[in-house]
This record gives sequence, C-alpha cells and structure tokens, in this order.
Amino acid sequence: MQIPAPFDYVRASSVDNALALLDRYGAESRVVAGGHSLLPMMKLRLARPEWLIDINDLFELDYMLVDGQVLRIGAMTRHTALLESDDVQRLFPIITDAERVIADPIVRNRGTIGGSLCQADPAEDLSTVCHVLEAVAVVRGPAGERMLSMTEFHRGPYETAVGQNELLIEVRIPIRTRSGSAYEKVERRVGDWAVAAAGASVSLAADGTISHAAVGLTAVGLDRNVSEVDPVLLGQVPAEQLFVEAGRLAGLACDPLADQRGPVDYKRHLADELTRRVLRVACSRAATSAAHTTTDTTQEG
Amino acid sequence: MQISMTINGTDVTREIEPRVLLVHFIRDDLRLTGTHWGCDTTNCGTCVVLMDGQPVKSCTVLAAMADGHAITTVEGLADGATLDPVQQGFMEEHGLQCGFCTPGMMLTARALLDHNPHPEPLEIREAISGQICRCTGYATIVRSIQWAAEHPAGSAKTNPEADAEATPEATEEEVTA
Amino acid sequence: MTILEDRPSNPAAGDHDRPIGHGRMQRKEDPRFVRGKGHYVDDIVLPGMLHGAILRAPVAHARLVSIDTTEALAHPGVVAVITGTDLQALGLAWAPTLSMDVQAVLVTDKVRFQGQEVAFVVADDRYAARDALELIQVEYDVLPPVVDARKAMDADAPVIRDDLEGRTDNHIFDWEAGNKAETDAVFDSADVVVSQELVYPRVHPAPMETCGAVADFDPIDGRLTLYETTQAPHAHRTLFAMVSGIPEHKIRVVSPDIGGGFGNKVGIYPGYILAVVGSIVTGKPVKWVEDRSENLMSTSFARDYIMQGEIAATKDGKILGLRTSVLADHGAFNATAQPTKYPAGFFHIFTGSYDLVAAHCTVTGVYTNKAPGGVAYACSFRVTEAVYLVERMVDILARKLDMDPVELRLKNFIKKEQFPYANKTGWEYDSGDYEPTMRLSMKMAGYDELRREQKEKRERGELMGIGISFFTETVGAGPRKDMDILGLGMADGAELRIHPTGKAVVRISAQSQGQGHETTFAQIVAEEIGIPPEDIDVVHGDTDQTPFGLGTYGSRSTPVSGAAVAIVARKVREKARFIAAAMLETRPEDLEWEKGRWFVKGDPSVGKTMAEIAMGAHGTVALPEGIDGNLDAEITYDPPNLTFPFGAYICVVDVDPGTGHVKVRRFIAVDDCGTRINPMIIEGQIHGGLTDGVGMALMEIIEFDQEGNCLGGSFMDYLIPTAMEVPDWETGFTVTPSPHHPIGAKGVGESATVGSPPAVVNAVVDALAPFGVVHMDMPCTPARVWEAMQGRTRPPV
Repeated sequence: MQIPAPFDYVRASSVDNALALLDRYGAESRVVAGGHSLLPMMKLRLARPEWLIDINDLFELDYMLVDGQVLRIGAMTRHTALLESDDVQRLFPIITDAERVIADPIVRNRGTIGGSLCQADPAEDLSTVCHVLEAVAVVRGPAGERMLSMTEFHRGPYETAVGQNELLIEVRIPIRTRSGSAYEKVERRVGDWAVAAAGASVSLAADGTISHAAVGLTAVGLDRNVSEVDPVLLGQVPAEQLFVEAGRLAGLACDPLADQRGPVDYKRHLADELTRRVLRVACSRAATSAAHTTTDTTQEG
Repeated sequence: MQISMTINGTDVTREIEPRVLLVHFIRDDLRLTGTHWGCDTTNCGTCVVLMDGQPVKSCTVLAAMADGHAITTVEGLADGATLDPVQQGFMEEHGLQCGFCTPGMMLTARALLDHNPHPEPLEIREAISGQICRCTGYATIVRSIQWAAEHPAGSAKTNPEADAEATPEATEEEVTA
Repeated sequence: MTILEDRPSNPAAGDHDRPIGHGRMQRKEDPRFVRGKGHYVDDIVLPGMLHGAILRAPVAHARLVSIDTTEALAHPGVVAVITGTDLQALGLAWAPTLSMDVQAVLVTDKVRFQGQEVAFVVADDRYAARDALELIQVEYDVLPPVVDARKAMDADAPVIRDDLEGRTDNHIFDWEAGNKAETDAVFDSADVVVSQELVYPRVHPAPMETCGAVADFDPIDGRLTLYETTQAPHAHRTLFAMVSGIPEHKIRVVSPDIGGGFGNKVGIYPGYILAVVGSIVTGKPVKWVEDRSENLMSTSFARDYIMQGEIAATKDGKILGLRTSVLADHGAFNATAQPTKYPAGFFHIFTGSYDLVAAHCTVTGVYTNKAPGGVAYACSFRVTEAVYLVERMVDILARKLDMDPVELRLKNFIKKEQFPYANKTGWEYDSGDYEPTMRLSMKMAGYDELRREQKEKRERGELMGIGISFFTETVGAGPRKDMDILGLGMADGAELRIHPTGKAVVRISAQSQGQGHETTFAQIVAEEIGIPPEDIDVVHGDTDQTPFGLGTYGSRSTPVSGAAVAIVARKVREKARFIAAAMLETRPEDLEWEKGRWFVKGDPSVGKTMAEIAMGAHGTVALPEGIDGNLDAEITYDPPNLTFPFGAYICVVDVDPGTGHVKVRRFIAVDDCGTRINPMIIEGQIHGGLTDGVGMALMEIIEFDQEGNCLGGSFMDYLIPTAMEVPDWETGFTVTPSPHHPIGAKGVGESATVGSPPAVVNAVVDALAPFGVVHMDMPCTPARVWEAMQGRTRPPV
C-alpha cells in the first residue's frame, strides 16, 4: 500500500490554536479533519505538506443547531451525524438524500462537512447541496470572521475562498417554511464518484405557487446553481411541464467532460433527467410541508 | 513522536514517525496481524477497525490521529475464551472463505449490532457496503450477521480455546506514559 | 431462498451437523480466521528481514536510456538496489513464462508496458523502501505504443518484442480447432445465419490480498525458503529450480494462508524472483508485497478476447453450427497460464451445451503494450470466453427466430443418452442431463410468471429483462498425455496416513485460497474410511510436507486432488480389511464394511474399527503376506479425462429508462457439479462466482488510453460489486455424477464465474429489446446502457 512522504504533525486544541498553528507553519501546512480526501492524496504523494495540523479535537465545531430561522452546522460535523439527524431530515431532506450516497458508511464516520466543502471536488455532493440551499460559509481568520455566500466561497474545482491561515468553522442554512428539497445521484457503484447528480430546493407560497426554487448539479462542470430555471418555475404551480423545461435548461447550462463514467451527451441527459426528478420530489415534499405549516406570520423564503 | 492509545482494552505507548498509518502501527508495531490491507484508495475495507466503537478504515487514519482513542481490532472481539456472537455467526453461516476481509466485516457487524440490534437485511448490506469481499458473494455474510443478531448471547457451542493474544506484544522498547 | 438437500450421514456414526463424510459441516479452518489468526504472507516476520519495493515504468513503451541509483543507495535505510544490468550479470534478467515465452524480470532494453519492473530496492523497512524509489533517476525515450489489439498486426505497428530474435511483428500464435470445411458447408446451406462481434473486455481477478513473497536464502546451506502467495507451490519450486540454478531439493516453497487467488496467484511474477535475488545479495530474508496498483497494473489480467461469432440454424430453431474467429490480446509477454498444447486454453468448448453438426474456431494471439496474462479470474482456461460466446449467440439467434431463449435451448441440448458426448472440437463430455436442470431453474424462478410480468411492464414503458445462461464448462486438468505446464504433467499426488490411535493426516498438492480444503478433503477421506473429519488433518501448501502436484486453479482440486484422496482412502480401507482379518483371525473375504469398521459377515458384533486396525497395524499382530506395518497409502493420480460441470442460470434485471442504471433483482442458479461433498461450501463458491459475473457484466474493466496508460489501476477505477449491487442469491442443484471420477464429483469453483456473465448480459439486452438492441458489450454501465438505448452500441475496446 502507498505511504505518505515524511511530515511533522501537531494537534490543535481549539480553533484559535489551529489558526495560530496555520499562521506559524505557513504555506506548507495543511489542516486534516476526517482525512479521507487529504490522506489518500498524501499516500499517493500528490500532496506533500510539511506540517499536518490535526483539528479532530475541535469538538467546539461539532454541532447541528437550529437557531431561529437558521440551521447552523459546525464544520467538524461528520457525515454520519448529518445522515442520522432527524432535524436535518425534517428540515433539509436534500442533505439526507445526499449523505446516503456520499462515499460509503465507514468513510462517512470520519469525513466532515467542512472537509468536503473545502476540498471542493467537482463531484462533491455537499458543495451542490449547499449551493442549492443557499448556505452561508462562516470563515474565521486572524482578522476575525467573514460570511461568504456559496458563490463567494466556492471558487471552482478544488478552490475555495478560505485563505491559507483561515478555517471554515460553520455552515449556515436558512430555514424556509413550506419547503421541500431532494437530491439524486447516478453512480456506477456505491462509493464511486457521481456520474452526475442533481439537487433541488423549492418553497411554496400560501397559494401553492413556487415562491423560491434552486437547482444545482454535481460533476457536470457547473459550479453555480442553474439560475436559468428561476423564470420558468417562480410563480407557477408545480407541474410536470415545468420540470421538463427546467431539466432541459439544466442540460444546456452544464458543461460535462467525457470520461470513463460516460460521454458528454449522456451526462447532459442526466442533468436533465435528474433535475426533473429532484424537482418532482422537492415539490411533493414542499406540498407536504405546506400542509403541515400553520398559517401565521412566519417569514417566507 | 510518542503516541498512546488503548488497543483492545490495554493501554499502549509507542514512539512513531508522524506519517505511520494506523494499519501499519497495528500490524507492524503491535504485531496484531488480524487487521489487513488490500488497496491504495480507501475502498476495500480489509483494514477496518473500531475507533471509539465506530468502524474506520485504518489505512486512512494516522496512528498519531488515534492517540487518545480506543481501538478495537479483531483480536479484541472475543472476550477471553468466549467468541463474540458475530464470530460464531460467521462460522455457523459460512460468512468467510479466504478470511482476508473477515476481520473488518466482523467489526463492522459488531458496531452495527451495538447500534441496531435487529437490522433488516438491506440495513446489513448498507452497513458493509464500504467493504469488498471477493469470495462469498455477501449473502452468507448477511446471514452470519443475522445469526449474531438472533443469538446475542452466542450459543452453547462456544469454542473454549483460550485467546491469549488479544493484547499487543510487549517489546524491549516499551515506553510507559 | 436456497433449495439444499443434505445427504443423510451414517446414522450409526455422527449427527446431522457433524457428518462423517459428505454433508454440511462448519469449516475446520474457520477458528483461526475469525480470531484474526490467519497467517498470510504479509504477516510473516523473520529475524533481520528486509523489505523490497519495485520501481515501475510510468510509460507503456520506451527505450531505457539510463538508470542512476546513486541517491537511492545513499539513503540510510537502503541496503541494496538491483537493476536489469545487475540481473543480466546473474543471467536472471529474463525468466521463462508458463507459455514458452520469456518475460523481463527487470527492464534491460525497453519498457513494454506501463507498470513494468525497472528496479528493485531493498531497505530496512517498507517506508524507507518506498522513499528510496523516488530517489532512483530513470531516463526513458518514449516510443509509440500498440494499445489496440486490432492494430497490433498493422504493417506499420511498432514491434514490441524486438528482444526475440528475428521478430518482425506482434504475432504470437494462430490456433484452430474443429472442422473448417464441414462448418463452412453447414453455414453455406443454413436457413439462418447470425453474426455478431462480441468483446470480452480485460478484467482482473483482484483478490483482496495482493501478491507477495518472503524469500529467505541461507548462504551456508544454500537453501532457499520461499513463502509465497502461490496457488501451485510445487510447480513454483520446480520452476524456480530451473530458473535460478538453485537445486530443487534445496528449495522449499511455503504457501501459507492465501487471501484469494482466482488465478491471480498462479504465475511467477518478477517480484518473487526479485525477493529471492534480494535475499541472496543481502544475506537476509527479503519481503516483497505489492500494493493494489501494482496488482492491477502488472499481474495477470484475464480475458481480453475480441470474438467474431457466427451461428447457423434451421428456420425452426435447430442449431447446426458455430463458427468463431478470435483476436486474443496477450499483453507484452505471453504469460498465460495454461497447458502447453492449448495456447487458447479450452476455448474450443465454445460448442457449449448443444448438439451441433459442425463447429470451427480460430484464435490469433497478439502482443500489445499492456501487462501480460490472460488466463485468470476463474476462467477455467478460457472457458469463460467460450461460454460467453455461445450463450450470447444462442440468445441472439433466439431473438432472430422470435423464439423463447429457453425453448431454443431445450430444443438443442445434448440429450442424456448421448453422453459421454464427443463434441465437434475434440472434447468428450463425461456426463450430463441438461433438461431437468433447466426446468428446475425455471420452476425456482417462476419463469412463466416473470415473462407475464415483463409483458405488463413493457406496456408501461418499464424495462425488465430476463437472461438465461445454460453453461457446460470443463475443468479438472488433466490427463498427463495431453496436459502439462512447462513439461510438468497435470497430475496430483496424495498421501494418507492413519496414526496408531486412529487419527489421520492427509497430505495433498492442492492449495486452498479460501475454498475450504481443510474441511472438504477431510470429508472425502471420512466418507471412505469413517474417521470423523475432525480427526483428519489436511496438510497443504508446503513443498516439504506434501506430495508433488500442479496446484489449485481451473477448478481442478476436486476432480484431480479429490480423486487422488478418495483413491488413497480406499487403498487404506482395503489394507485395513487385510489387517482386520488378521486381527480377527478370519479371511479378508469374510469381512464386510460399514462406514468406520470391518465386521464379520453374519456377525456384526464382531469387528474392528479403523482406530483398532491402525493400532493393530503398528502393533504386534502377525501381518499377512504383502502387508507392511502401517495404515498408509499414497498415489499420484492421472485423471483419465476432464470433468464437465454444468448449470442453468436465470437473471432478472430492472433498467432505469431515464438513467440506464441496471439493478440485478434476482439471480437463480442451479448447478450440477456431480457428487456434492459439502453443500455449504458449494453454495459459497457459487455465490462468489455469481458476484464475479455481476461485476464483469456491469462494472469491471481495465481500460487504456491512447498512450497506453492503464486507467484501471486502483479500486476507484476498477469497480468490484459491494453487497448493495448483488441480490440474495437463489441456488438449487441437480446431481449427475462424473462416471470416471472415483466419487463422481466434478468440481465447482469456477462454474458460477463462467456461467453468470452471459446471464446478466442476456438479461440487459432482453430489457432493452423494445429499443431494438440485439447486443451490447460488457460492462453494461449506466452510460453504455443509455447509449445502447440511443442506438449506439460501441465495443468497450
């Protein structure tokens, strides 16, 4: 089996300590959380940091917390915890759907949401999920904390706005009423990277029309939501022909690469097909959620 | 650097290079060879051990990261001479052939049953979906785990052989905390 | 759901869970494995042991310009660095392959496949060895590679094997079987002829344990002890003697527990030779264990057959003939492991389960810039390729004739009364009774109900497929007059010894890699002599402790070693008769046998158990003429023929029309392997092979890009099914004993791997029938299935 090149190791005791260590050891240092992206790269010697800063003791970052109209997820929350959380499933079933198909159950025991987002693999499911849910990334550095939209946070494949001496510490997801969300992925086998995947989030107004929608895609060369679907969906009552049109636009908006998982036209087709499916399910879940919502002055999405 | 952890209930302390993988620490330093390795990309799962009761792939955990934690390897499944029901189940239901993936499978099974004592067959398949077996075709592994679920106290056919090596070997350089 | 019948064991001796002989019993080897006390090659630690690592070529075809090992040698943990030049001085730079070719141990002139061995580092520990690899500077002069086998024989194709004198192209061999003239005549006059190109892509056995060795050369004694992942320890010992010059009696090969073989651990890899050289050069034991990328990129792949299949029939579905020409991609060296006279293995069993008028095949083997190999992954020596061809062609014919694929098969099966059956390419099938097996599988599957369901689903646009495979395969190599590996006839030895207190040891030349030989071989002995299997020790794997034989692959353990063991057990039983007679002061012909004892005819209370007879043999009773004082026997068994297991498989799939994803919903497998020794173990072998079939049919492939870079070098790319991709298997059985095998057993280890891929592919093609799909090649990944639905069925290579 492959073995990493030599490096030095230090374990951080707190967020501030981790930031200080990143500052001290500079550009040749990396934090390691779950380690299931970084360590495989180090074993293949594709990554060779000189200092590894272990942040697994940062229990202060391991939480899921409903705070008013926001779900706050600490960056060190493991995939397994997200998958098993009833609150998460109730509020954002797109996360549960996605977690079920992220890697495998044993890798999920170690991998974290922070690690996944910061790795920013083009096939990373949680990146898409956070775009669709319009999450806000909380990044802390020596200068303090800054809030970044997903578009600001996620710059491109393997690239985020987190500076070398900063740490992603939290992900904040706005809670919307009368909402539903869903994720579906095609993979050749459990644990494989996606051939393609799609996620959607839909909110309904009191009259049953779509008041908010977001569609995102994974592994097909699109780093943002498919904003092209907004004019098609907003203000409309959910219906199959909307999903068909949204799917068509998603297929056109993405830019997949041909590889062993499939040719370009197949991946475009999946973008289309999966968009339709997740919109269908998201709308259905939104309708169920709307039926359970009491009519009060709760802010709508 | 020096690391300390609990392995199968016994505290161990050793000097290691930071880059030593947990699987190599277990196999080469502690001479517990029941944990195996079989790939380069964290796919096969023959290296699975329990860390604080949860299955992890020990090829993708540094020994340094396991410092301060409790590790259970296959050698720690039996309670002295008494086999764990999972071990018995694998023998009863032919859940192993070459035996190479078996330690990891049994540990995942143990963790699953501790969490969910009566899993459905699909839940069992999902739980072991991060581990590959090339011999059995998985159905007998599912049956083995179901046997263990149905016999939480094992059965009267427990093998009375003593299990003397659940704890790591002592070496001359043993350093205590 | 499994239909299993256990043969009741002798009610007078033993209970249902602990048969004395054949029957379901737990495995004797399990206690050590469930405790994590299996003893695999990488578990071995010897005093002073060093670690080896191989530097491998990053390109597929290149001249070796220079190697500079200075920096590596300067590494404090490095003890030695060996290059091709060093090996040349020892006459070891090249080693013979199992196919009468030579293979480079380390590159001297040219790199011929990506991943080829270039240098060997020996260091204090595996981490230092790995670090040192990076310190070796190598310069390559890249050459254009031959990657597409179809282009290997182009006039302007680069010549790969310029190491072979006079070699001007990439041709290895041409081979044919059957009667061309008769076959052509049949095809020329047939009502219906269907042709189809079928590709069996390159796949890999990928056992969970990779290959490795610990070599321990004792310079004082001149003795080599080699712990090795090998399925054939004796063959390896003899070959190492021939290659290294170390005399054979000074070589001991020990195969400890092996974590899966599947044909991957038959050949001698450069890594083993390098470990031996490392040990000789350093004077210390040297361990070399490959990592997974090395396993996938450089060890024996399987298949890679491009087959043009043709089938001829009458318009009412009588199959007349089969014809095929095959292009076989052997990689850079011809290292297939198969009997010498069979460069295409047993491919000519492609006539399958059908009574044909004529058949003919040609196989052309070529070199390409890829890893060597070809015969592996439970192929039974190319039988997987043959069965895939015939079972796909029969299905394509069924579609053409608009006939149910089961009906077409039933109409053409070889009939029971025709056995032993001489097929049209020179095989004599030993026994078969196909129809009951087929009907049992249909009953278990609820075949008619499935077809009704399919019809309803099709009306709703849902894609459900039902795939049939009825395979006849051939195993148990083989008669020594026909079958040898590098001149070693494929016979197997067995020795049985009963100790004075009635316990026994049987020493075999077969080599378990998980098949449960420590149990099944004890059961074979128990069945013959009535000593419980727990009291019979099975010794295997150590050339110092076991008789000579060619090892375990091609499902030959039960047909050959199993026969040898049954015969020595019977010899012991017969000898016991004579000794018992002496002890009872009666005549041997006055004694009768019931399992475990000889007793006086007409007076059952007077007799001797095997334990008593064993004590008597070693005791003081006067022995008859010609009987010596032990209860031992030995034999080398030369099988009179191969055996021909068969089976009926039915696969049910559902295909997602929107994504092309294939789900295997059910798989019904009815196998006939003749006499069944342990149904639990047989079922396990079947389950494993069925999983192989799903893997190959849906996801497994080793691909290359145009530069010859291997794209299947890790388990991220080489996908093997998990528990989520396979159903709960449904197995059944029939029993048609082999007439020439002492206990009528045929062997079963590879049957499911052979028979299942066509069942799955037939099911997928059946599901896609509404799209007019007649054929698609493996692997049926979601993308390729979707493309087939669009009318694009491109081959994978």
